[in-house]
Amino acid sequence: MTEPVIRTTGIRKAYHMGDQTLWALDGIDTVIEPGEFVAVMGPSGSGKSTYMNMIGCLDAVTEGQVYIDGNEVSSYEPNELASIRNEKIGFVFQQFNLLARTSAEDNVKLPLLYSQTPEEEWTERAMRCLDRVSLSDRVDNQPSQLSGGQQQRVAIARALVNDPVMILADEPTGALDTSTTQEIMALFQELNENGTTIILVTHEPEVAAYAKRQLIFRDGHLVSDELTANRVSLDIEDASLITDPAQLG
Amino acid sequence: MNIFKLFKIALTALSLNVMRSILTMLGIIIGVSAVIIMVAIGAGAQQEVDAQLEAMGSNVLMIFGGWNNRGGGGTAAVATLQDKYAQMMIDELYGIEAATPYVSGRAQIIFGNLNWSADVLGTTNDFFVTKNWNLLEGREFTAAEMNSGERVALIGTIIRDELFGASNPIGQSIRVGTFNATVIGVLEEKGPDARGSDQDDVVVMPLKTVRNKVTGINRNNPNSVSYLEVKGSDTVSMTYLEEEIDNLLRQVMKVAPDAERDPFRILDQAERIESRAETQAIFNTLLAAVASVSLIVGGIGIMNIMMVSVTERTREIGLRMAIGAKPDDILNQFLVEAITLCGVGGLIGVGIAYGVTYVMETYFDMVTLINPEIVLISIGFSALIGVFFGYYPALKASKLQPIDALRYE
Repeated sequence: MTEPVIRTTGIRKAYHMGDQTLWALDGIDTVIEPGEFVAVMGPSGSGKSTYMNMIGCLDAVTEGQVYIDGNEVSSYEPNELASIRNEKIGFVFQQFNLLARTSAEDNVKLPLLYSQTPEEEWTERAMRCLDRVSLSDRVDNQPSQLSGGQQQRVAIARALVNDPVMILADEPTGALDTSTTQEIMALFQELNENGTTIILVTHEPEVAAYAKRQLIFRDGHLVSDELTANRVSLDIEDASLITDPAQLG
Repeated sequence: MNIFKLFKIALTALSLNVMRSILTMLGIIIGVSAVIIMVAIGAGAQQEVDAQLEAMGSNVLMIFGGWNNRGGGGTAAVATLQDKYAQMMIDELYGIEAATPYVSGRAQIIFGNLNWSADVLGTTNDFFVTKNWNLLEGREFTAAEMNSGERVALIGTIIRDELFGASNPIGQSIRVGTFNATVIGVLEEKGPDARGSDQDDVVVMPLKTVRNKVTGINRNNPNSVSYLEVKGSDTVSMTYLEEEIDNLLRQVMKVAPDAERDPFRILDQAERIESRAETQAIFNTLLAAVASVSLIVGGIGIMNIMMVSVTERTREIGLRMAIGAKPDDILNQFLVEAITLCGVGGLIGVGIAYGVTYVMETYFDMVTLINPEIVLISIGFSALIGVFFGYYPALKASKLQPIDALRYE
């Protein structure tokens, strides 16, 4: 029997402002199964970022349990959390967070540095992941020599390199223009078609429309959990038709 | 994570900021090279002193005639000592291995058409003991030669080189001032004495020969000598011997108990050299201490830059943590960066120290001595400084919360 990728039971997170206690998350129960493509939605202050930090093992819950791939991470030590982040989660950030003056290949290899993967396999794995994001011809380029969309694709390849159980993308298109956004979302959809679980945090309904399921947060509560009504579906070819080739650089 | 990976990461990170890395290392480079150079100068001076002491022989006292103040402020030995005092000391005092009288002068030495001015020393075979000297070739004086003041000579290596070159000097006749003498031996090389004058630039002849034919006989004191040397045995202290000799000479020379000054002076050359060396050593230690302060200052520079680097790379730290770096991985990464900065700085410092001491030896004629231990200690110490001053910034980096680090603007 396969474990859910994520299961949260009654998680709460408190922030203290002077003598006031603010519940950023107040009793969230969620289950995300392997192969899902989930958008986490909500305005700022809704608790969606806090939720992402909890399931991304970046921050500790105040109450409740978080299970990642069957591991109860809410009771883990910082070192164990680091291992879970390394093995189970692939992060994609709004600002790409690539190492400057470092080649795409070395950027993709970065998570391997903290894993148990034998060094002989690094190059092959990095190349395979760069191939999956169609950047096989840009392996030696540094971030400054790549467009925004290409940089985000390097970041996605980096997220894939340790074969995580999910990709956790925090506003991945926030710094991209419309056509590049479509290109990146098409890539996510394609990865999802091939079995990768994707969790996407966004405040834009247009972006969330690419996901299969949408969780909507408001004031620390989960107010809606529904399948996407009119799902936008693009494959890579469609996206590249829309994309102005000049913008790809 | 293994140490090689860590060093690779550190080198990569440092090579991304070459200029800054070099400037950061500068403090360590200067500190390490300064310490090594100072210690090398000290060790060189010590080596010179040791060589001088070695050449002089240990437990040797020199006895000069009384000092006379001259009008110009200079002083000159007055011929108040006699050659018989040497034997007298051996007979009367305990703990004397040898006592040697010397008459010294200067003469023009001529061989063939070659001409050389040298010190001429008249003495007995005992000088081999008191001056701790040996023959390179040839033979000592015979008793007969000493008694009758024969014209035989032992020559220093400089005289041999200047007058004879590669040919064999033994049995040759040289002209010493106004007379001819036969070379019967060559003294082994001894190097400069404590005052820096070369002891190999010498012709040694029987005492009588020199007194009669080079310096001339002092009418007031026909048995006068320039100075005496006494070698004490290892079982007596030099202070004791000095006192004993002082008492004996006062008696023999009939010095009034209330005399303002003695007509002789006893000098412990080794002691003088040693006390001068001690002063020098204190001075060198002081310089090395000042130099090591610059090492510490260099370490603080490293700490400063590491703090800046941690702040500047907060997002990188956040990212590394997000993709699986443990707090210890981050700690080690920055620690190894600091150690690498210091270690490489230390190596460059060692290189510079070697360069500078080479220049000092070659162009400024200074004796320096770089101890391999000092080199290892300096590199080890600078790496230690890396650990010490790198630890706080590294700890600060590792204590960052991934979520805060990622959001850092």
